[in-house]
Amino acid sequence: MAIARAEVDAIPQREAFEPTAYHVKRGGEGVALDIRKFNLWYGKAQALYDVSMEVQAGLVTALIGPSGCGKSTLLRCLNRMNDLIDELRIDGEIMVGGQNIYASSIDVIALRKRMGMVFQKPNPFAMSIYDNVVYPLRVDGVTNKGVLEETCERALRSAALWNEVKDRLKESALGLSGGQQQRLCIARGIASDPEVLLMDEPCSALDPIATAKIEDLISELKGQYTIVIVTHNMQQAARVSDNTAFMYLGRLIEYGDTERIFENPDKTQTQDYVTGRFG
Amino acid sequence: MSTEIADRRATGTAQTVNGRAVRRFTADVSAVGEPALWGFGGALALGIILIAGFLGLIFVNGVTTFWPKPIAVVETVDGRMLAGVPTRTGVYRPGERIVEAMTPEQRAFLEENQGFSERTLFRTANFDLTGDDFTWVSDYQKTEVTFPADFFYFERREWGPFVGRIAGIVIDDVAIPAEAVDMALLRREQREARGRFEQIRRIERRDIGAVNYRIEQERLSRRRAALRHGADSPQAEAAAAAAATRIAQLEEEFRSHQDRIAAIRAIDRENRIVLETIDGRQKETELSQIVRFFAANDLSFTDKAGIYVARWHEFLTTEPREANMEGGVLPAIFGTVMMTMIMVVVVAPFGVITALYLREYAKQGRIVSAVRISVNNLAGVPSIVYGVFGLGFFAYTMGVTIDQLFFPERLPSPTFGTGGILWASLTLALLTVPVVIVASEEALAAVPRSMREGSLACGASKWQTIRYVVLPKALPGIMTGLILAMARGAGEVAPLMLVGVVKLAPALPFDQFFPFIHLERSFMHLGFHIFDVGFQSRNSEAGKPMVFVTTLLLLTLIVAMNSTAIIIRNRLKRRYATGHF
Ligand SMILES: Nc1ncnc2c1ncn2[C@@H]1O[C@H](COP(=O)(O)OP(=O)(O)OP(=O)(O)O)[C@@H](O)[C@H]1O
Ligand SMILES: [Mg+2]
Repeated sequence: MAIARAEVDAIPQREAFEPTAYHVKRGGEGVALDIRKFNLWYGKAQALYDVSMEVQAGLVTALIGPSGCGKSTLLRCLNRMNDLIDELRIDGEIMVGGQNIYASSIDVIALRKRMGMVFQKPNPFAMSIYDNVVYPLRVDGVTNKGVLEETCERALRSAALWNEVKDRLKESALGLSGGQQQRLCIARGIASDPEVLLMDEPCSALDPIATAKIEDLISELKGQYTIVIVTHNMQQAARVSDNTAFMYLGRLIEYGDTERIFENPDKTQTQDYVTGRFG
Repeated sequence: MSTEIADRRATGTAQTVNGRAVRRFTADVSAVGEPALWGFGGALALGIILIAGFLGLIFVNGVTTFWPKPIAVVETVDGRMLAGVPTRTGVYRPGERIVEAMTPEQRAFLEENQGFSERTLFRTANFDLTGDDFTWVSDYQKTEVTFPADFFYFERREWGPFVGRIAGIVIDDVAIPAEAVDMALLRREQREARGRFEQIRRIERRDIGAVNYRIEQERLSRRRAALRHGADSPQAEAAAAAAATRIAQLEEEFRSHQDRIAAIRAIDRENRIVLETIDGRQKETELSQIVRFFAANDLSFTDKAGIYVARWHEFLTTEPREANMEGGVLPAIFGTVMMTMIMVVVVAPFGVITALYLREYAKQGRIVSAVRISVNNLAGVPSIVYGVFGLGFFAYTMGVTIDQLFFPERLPSPTFGTGGILWASLTLALLTVPVVIVASEEALAAVPRSMREGSLACGASKWQTIRYVVLPKALPGIMTGLILAMARGAGEVAPLMLVGVVKLAPALPFDQFFPFIHLERSFMHLGFHIFDVGFQSRNSEAGKPMVFVTTLLLLTLIVAMNSTAIIIRNRLKRRYATGHF
């Protein structure tokens, strides 16, 4: 990571950098997230350079790139999770439904309620399975038991976890296995029926079977939700996504149709990365 | 190859392999850390031995104190007789003057032991007659030690215990000589006398106490009217007149209670016992003055066990008497527990809210660091300084203001303007709040960031995140802090001496009069009781057993309170681990 940062700093000027190659596959439902000339600094170190991309609604968008290239940073900007970090500075816009989410008038909590997020490591709360899943509804003020129970079942079914936990909903979520916990977090992410689902390497801690389940799940959820997924696994990106964004040293190198990225990319850097020649 | 490596390890010296110097892979003693390990283990063992020894000493002494001990009758060389309970022995070297006055045999005896002699401390009791509770008797002075069955140990309400014979009793003003005393009758009469004593006490406490309370209320209402409307106003005069008639009624009631007491006292006076010391001096006393008596050398095991239990019962359920040297410690138990409870109730929200603000809301920077350092340093301020502060701020500033605002009719006698259980609890809360803050902050900081992010990503506000995710997760850690604070607070004595602990407070901090809990009252505390009995009493030797018993009780109490808290904490841990919104 430290090396990557040094390299980022070493790139002298923007002009020296070639513009992003675009060949985006359109979903027909329009643009869910429109990132416009987005720059981000952690203190003095710049982590994102002029990123512009239109995330297609209803499709799965994969973010790939070597470690430290800014995938998580970009993803966490989409629901403003980066707000927690001191000394963070941004420039540019991210438009959601015609509004810049970094405008001062935006209600961050309302924004986050429209987006579900699944983290790299499963992070269930120290509550029962049931309470974990309905947490987004509860904080939204829903108290109707029927609604909560129905939502819990629907979300757990979507996350392919229902059959495993339906008899132990009142037990602690911390007693689940890692893969089950991750699927629980996915259920939590989709419980409040968000428009966008953000996933940061959701399978990095999972075994191949759990990974396959989650990939199936992503394929099933496609169409209902707009999904942005960060992954280090090329095959996974190729399997589940419609569009892929390749990032390198804080820049968006190429963004477009997944098939083309993996078979016939416009940029040599992309070619090198997806064929495993560097990264 | 492997032998070569083994060889190198074994020798650990510089070697050249194929003409090149190679690094040694040896593990010398300091690297393995064996000596350090022994050091750590030794330090731990030493600590454990010290603590175990200390606890063992308190436990053994505390537990054995109430076991009845025999009475020895000692005859000395110069023909003196004394009766007493052997309490401890020791070796000493008699002074030259004493040695000069000795008989040749005694001197020979001494010389055999290189000039040292053993001596025994006897509790001879009978302070009212001899002016002394204890007597040392050296071994060379003794000629004969016997344990006669007709010697009794009397525990009295006044003057401490009495050791001697029964020279006769007077029942319903009819004298019965010693030979004719029927022990069963005596026991029954003593029990009845004891019942009468308790009856008197009840009348005094409950009935007369209530009358006094109401008279005081009347007096206060009169003063209140005078203060509100002016001393000469018609309202004040009306109130005074009304109060006067009611007080007259109450005084009538008071007199009737006193008559009842006088009647019981008259019966008391008709039932007496004549006690006789070993040297024939007699003392006649009312039976109601005897708390308990037994023939110390003529007890079966069950008798002893019965006395043991009865003494513990008395200790735990009654008030002290004889300047705290005897009787029970009930008010002190109540004082200690109640003060600790109030302290926890105050310190818990205060400390946790402070920690929440410091950790979750305040912008981490120089000011917060400074605050944090100050809080940590507060834990090192001598506790007596807190006592001074509590007295100056709570009692003399806040208390006096409260008195002026809410209790003007009672002035100049202070209500809250002096030490009391509330101020003591607040002082201790102040003393222990750093512990709670530090522990809570650590517990909050230990909640993983990923959990907070998970909650925020669900659209929870910061407060919801803290309330539903962070606090439940941190609660066991916070409870640990509270437990530490509680242990520290319950054992603290020095500051309390300034803010409300007293030697004797017969009135508990709660009773049947509105508002039932009287936070302004001064109170008794086990820690202070230990100090008082052990070091402030007329005879520290007599107080020693009490010191051990009280210490044992205080330790037990603290352990009990802590265990309760720990059980609650573990419950919470389990509850939050198994699902709760
Ligand atoms: N909180 C932070 N403070 C300072 N710098 C940060 C912070 N988080 C990330 N960075 C830096 O920003 C750059 C991008 O980090 P980011 O986490 O987005 O990488 P990534 O692409 O997700 O990498 P990985 O695949 O290893 O997760 C890195 O150089 C990292 O060191
Ligand atoms: Mg990452």
